[in-house]
Amino acid sequence: MSTPAVIFIVGFLAATLRVATPLIYGTLGELFCERAGILNLGIEGTMFLGAFVGFAVGYHSGSLWLGVAIAAVAGMVSGLLMSLLAVRFGVNQHVAGLGITMLWTGVSLFSFRLIFGESKVQPSVDPFPQISLFGDTPIIGTIFTQYLLTYIGILLVPLVWWIINRTRFGLQIRAVGENPEAADAAGLNVYAIRTYALMIGGALMAVGGAFLSLASVGAFTFGIVAGRGWVCIALIIFANWRAISVLWGALIFGGVQALQLRLQTLGLKLPYELFLSLPYLVTILALSIAGRNAAAPSALLKPYRRE
Amino acid sequence: MHIVQMRGIVKRFGDLIANDHVDFELESGEIHALLGENGAGKTTLMRILYGLYHADEGNILVNDQPVAIHTPKDAIAAGIGMVTQHFTLVPTLTVAENLALGEKGSLTLDIKQVERSVAEASKRFGIPVKPDVLVRHLSVGERQRVEILKALYRNAQVLILDEPTAVLVPQEVDVLFEALKRLQYSGLSVIFISHKLHEVMDLCNRITVLRDGKAVGTVHKNDTSTKQLATMMVGRESFGVTRQEQRVQGEVLVTIKNMCAEDKKGLPALRNINLEVHAGEILGIAGVSGNGQAELSAILCGMQKPSSGQIMVEGQDLTGAEADVICATGIGRIPEDRHANLVGELSVAENLVLDHLQDYVKNGILERNKIQQQAGKLIKDFQIKAKPRDRLRTLSGGNMQKVMLARTLSREPRVVIVSQPTRGLDVGATDYVRSQLLEQRKRGAAVLMISEDLDEIIALSDRIAVIYEGEIVGIIPNSEATPEKLGLMMSGSNIEKRKQEKKRVQV
Repeated sequence: MSTPAVIFIVGFLAATLRVATPLIYGTLGELFCERAGILNLGIEGTMFLGAFVGFAVGYHSGSLWLGVAIAAVAGMVSGLLMSLLAVRFGVNQHVAGLGITMLWTGVSLFSFRLIFGESKVQPSVDPFPQISLFGDTPIIGTIFTQYLLTYIGILLVPLVWWIINRTRFGLQIRAVGENPEAADAAGLNVYAIRTYALMIGGALMAVGGAFLSLASVGAFTFGIVAGRGWVCIALIIFANWRAISVLWGALIFGGVQALQLRLQTLGLKLPYELFLSLPYLVTILALSIAGRNAAAPSALLKPYRRE
Repeated sequence: MHIVQMRGIVKRFGDLIANDHVDFELESGEIHALLGENGAGKTTLMRILYGLYHADEGNILVNDQPVAIHTPKDAIAAGIGMVTQHFTLVPTLTVAENLALGEKGSLTLDIKQVERSVAEASKRFGIPVKPDVLVRHLSVGERQRVEILKALYRNAQVLILDEPTAVLVPQEVDVLFEALKRLQYSGLSVIFISHKLHEVMDLCNRITVLRDGKAVGTVHKNDTSTKQLATMMVGRESFGVTRQEQRVQGEVLVTIKNMCAEDKKGLPALRNINLEVHAGEILGIAGVSGNGQAELSAILCGMQKPSSGQIMVEGQDLTGAEADVICATGIGRIPEDRHANLVGELSVAENLVLDHLQDYVKNGILERNKIQQQAGKLIKDFQIKAKPRDRLRTLSGGNMQKVMLARTLSREPRVVIVSQPTRGLDVGATDYVRSQLLEQRKRGAAVLMISEDLDEIIALSDRIAVIYEGEIVGIIPNSEATPEKLGLMMSGSNIEKRKQEKKRVQV
């Protein structure tokens, strides 16, 4: 059984799930924002903030879960700020989102220096343990030895689908994202609903970031998010704004990422930059195929103003 | 008993006073018309009542109790429902989901149960809708029914309808009026916003007329006449524009043969169009919005290419010609969307020469004096209320349309293509635009006019072609045209009949 090919594939599948996890959180977070009509380009910064806050709190309190929780709260604050700019003041969503990304990147790096100083040794925590669902069962057992946050992330996918499609709140989110005038005329508070959606979205993004620092790496580094937020923006288009498809998108990207890491170690005579760019090339390819029939929420990018 | 009273309502938009101390009273169980020209302040007043605008002054009483209406939510709570001109439905949701939108209740949404109660309400109020259909699959008339049911579903005692008939064919209007009268007997009070006199006389018990933001007066239907109402509306007796009787038909200037075209989604939009326009006549194209008029106009203006067929103008083949060629051939175009064909940030003078700039350029440099002179002349000739240097966007819709007319008609084109010439204009500007079109006819030009306004079609056209689902379903001379007959043709009834007969023959 333990031929090199099997070991390769099993390791690849396990890594796929790990790599996909922060993308699932980030994209589901972005899904809440965009279904409510707000393109939240603050996602990259919010994930970075989540990674930092999660690490700082986890490091000092000794409780990684407290770190995740406070990261989620920080994400909600980020969502609230986005709401203040893009919903309340009607600022251009691109500008507001990019501004927030820059803000949180700066704030996180600055605060990290303040708290941890310039130590020669990178501060680190013992990351979350991996949990084996199927014990020592060959293959399956190895694949499903993952972080609890990964399992939660996968379970969140149907939960988010259910919230958006089967609850009153979800109906309201869809309505303000498609036709805020109609929602307003129906007596809904468009601003409030968009704000809630942004806060939930921000919390999910930040947890995705905290997963990176508290599970994948066990430390906080400058390049920890490395454009995953932007990948989430692409995945949402790939998923055509549907929760279930988010999972497939994240798994495809995660899979290619895991594959390229493994291809690099095979010692092929190809420049490693080629492997590094592979996931992004696949993203562009998938987008140009899946994005053609994409149907964005009609009110996306449009600030709502009563006349 | 008064179910709604609005007292001394004032609403300003910047310098403009949209409502100037307006008083309005609605009796319980009546259908009350708010009548006035575009821009008279009817919609503003009702948007205040529904909480979409805030009044600067004045107060509102419902059932003799003062109420503060800040949002539609407050209005709904006070038993007021409104069907706005632009429907406020979410196209990607089902009918039932749209109706459940404003409801409070449990966290989860039992959509089957909502569908059942919507079906029950539909039956109770006699307004047929299908609860589980996506709104985007519904026709305009069906959407309107959903809007009305939405208001009633939330226990509205007062229903405000903003120009509900603007989007309907005459037969649908009849159905709507019957439903409203039935609802009136069961106790509903209705406010009916309109600028169509005969509709108001048909349906309503009392009529309040607004003019320039002021309430001119309220009259009982039995104590008034359309003529009196018209006088109240415009402050003068409006005679409208009438065309002189049929003259000898001139030569054929425009021939369209077997033309087909696709819409933006690649679906057939025009099927086998055959038309001829003679010198000295106005050919009206009547039809409900979205039946291929936009494509027809775009093709004739050189903005879209037909997929097959031929367009001949004075013996010259212009099939698929670019806009500049069409312009140079002496075809005057007055397209539907003024805003897309004028540049708001440029001056009136610049806009007036925009489509024949080559005449105002010397060695690549604009001849500013010549442009200003031309502008001064056209502004005078076409009674445009503006100065040459004014930014175009500061003009009213009527004056923008006059700029379009001046730019196009001053060149005395042999052929004029015009689409929705008076949409959104007030009575004064409408009269002016129509008289200008008749002037072209008198001059001997061939005019092809696309309009969704039946009154306009009948008032101006020598012959009327009706378009339905991209097909010309009939061409009749003006003498045979009545609104009812055109309405039937516009709803595609003769086509459907023909199809059925064909089927029968085949069986």
